[in-house]
Amino acid sequence: MLKAPLSRRVLGAHLGLVYLFLYGPIAVLVALSFNESGLPTAWTGFSVEWYGKMLANAAIRAAVVNTLIVAAFSTLIATAIGTLLALGMERLRSSAAMDAAIYMPMIIPDIVLAIALLSFFTALDFTLGLHSIIAAHAVFNIAFVCVVVRATLKHFDKSIVEASIDLGASESRTFLRITLPVIFPGVLSGALLAFTLSVDEFIIAYFTAGAGPSSTTFPMQIYSMIRFGVTPEINAVATIVLGVSFVLILVSQRLRRDEPL
Amino acid sequence: MSELTRRLVLLGPGLAWFALFLVAPCAIVFVYSFLERGTYGGIDRVFTLENYTRAADPLYLGIFISSARIAAMTTLAALLFGYPAAYGIAAAPKRWQVPLLILVMLPFWSNYLIRTYAWIVLLNREGLINHGLEVLGLADEPLPLLYNDFAIVVGLVYGYLPFMVLALYSSIARLNPETLEASADLGASGLRTFLRVTLPLTVPGIAAGCVFVFVLSIGNFITPDLLGGGRTLMVGNLIFNQFLSARDWPFGSGLAFLLIALMMLLLLVQAVVARRAGGAGLHA
Repeated sequence: MLKAPLSRRVLGAHLGLVYLFLYGPIAVLVALSFNESGLPTAWTGFSVEWYGKMLANAAIRAAVVNTLIVAAFSTLIATAIGTLLALGMERLRSSAAMDAAIYMPMIIPDIVLAIALLSFFTALDFTLGLHSIIAAHAVFNIAFVCVVVRATLKHFDKSIVEASIDLGASESRTFLRITLPVIFPGVLSGALLAFTLSVDEFIIAYFTAGAGPSSTTFPMQIYSMIRFGVTPEINAVATIVLGVSFVLILVSQRLRRDEPL
Repeated sequence: MSELTRRLVLLGPGLAWFALFLVAPCAIVFVYSFLERGTYGGIDRVFTLENYTRAADPLYLGIFISSARIAAMTTLAALLFGYPAAYGIAAAPKRWQVPLLILVMLPFWSNYLIRTYAWIVLLNREGLINHGLEVLGLADEPLPLLYNDFAIVVGLVYGYLPFMVLALYSSIARLNPETLEASADLGASGLRTFLRVTLPLTVPGIAAGCVFVFVLSIGNFITPDLLGGGRTLMVGNLIFNQFLSARDWPFGSGLAFLLIALMMLLLLVQAVVARRAGGAGLHA
């Protein structure tokens, strides 16, 4: 596509700069998390002290547990419903309206979804808590799982389903023994993406959690730590959170192979 | 199982979930936006257009305009920075393209709060950048890098550049190399080929990237809150405040609907632009 070596080199250098911009700030946080002084300006020696402080913090531990509960349940719901939705959409003639319905939860500004859900739950006198965050997170997670599974279905050879039916297998048996195993990497990929998104989501959780610390999620805890002031403990938290997200996303990508999302 | 039951089983749960937890909540917000605020912060069932006329008040209109300005600067910076990056990835050997793209997208899927926080560490008065400038003797006193519009734009570009690159890449990668070669064979210079062939053919990607970055930026709450230090209010912060501190839900609902309307309008423009530019010179 590009022949001139000079333009190639310039583009390559620019790309390097983009990666530096994207990963430089992250590298700084990781480095700081191991800095004994915790200050960005003075390296006083390697230490894992801040990780110890983080683990000893009961509020952080409680928030992590809440987040894992929310992420696990919203992922389970979204994976089941999102996969069915993707399979169902395969059977319809492709329509722009249906596509828009699926993309809407992904592109609606999170603050709008947050206040809409708060208004809805309040209007129904619904008690807020972890369950309302789960319902809320499932909304966008269903959409993401659906999109990922649909991408997998594009490469799905439907003749094997017909073969199974022809050989006398029932529809449910065909689904469990043929369709599901074939699309499973895509389903798992969608589930991992959903889990990561839920673990990291802040605003919608903030609005649908209700009052009281019993339903504080990890991002809500991080937000209050950042607002409270820059404490070195956050760097350790940041390193762990980014590390876990990166691993989950990379595995999710690996399962999908050719479809970067 | 009939085809109808099959579709119902497959599509039903998802559509029901969206109807209950997306459509119904948005409908409530839409209704609230036409009601009056109660004396104690509740909602009075009295029809009014005041929430929308109030949004045109210079105070709030100013917030919309400054949000749009910040979002526009973010979009432009992301486009200028992202286009050569997307082009560089598309020009890389085939087997490198997906890994390079994943490397761009990886931060996008991770924790937004923490990625924003990293810029507090870098930009604050005792932060890494000011420290570096001081050590190098480039600045006598710390520069005010944090808690202003500059910091907000940097934070938003950082947050949404990956998305811009992805949108641009998907357009650039579909360019037919033969079209570019034809332009060169007919004597056009590299720059001319870029301006007259490459750029027009990648308009759909540019439009998609710009619309999404603009929409995500203008409705953002976290970045102006943490990097703007609360000095610059953006539409997202305004809506947040109406719901959580001012307790004026009808007005907040009106603002949310204006944001949705703006988003719909931009998506429509994007769809039209993409349809007009689509087709010629691209791989099927």
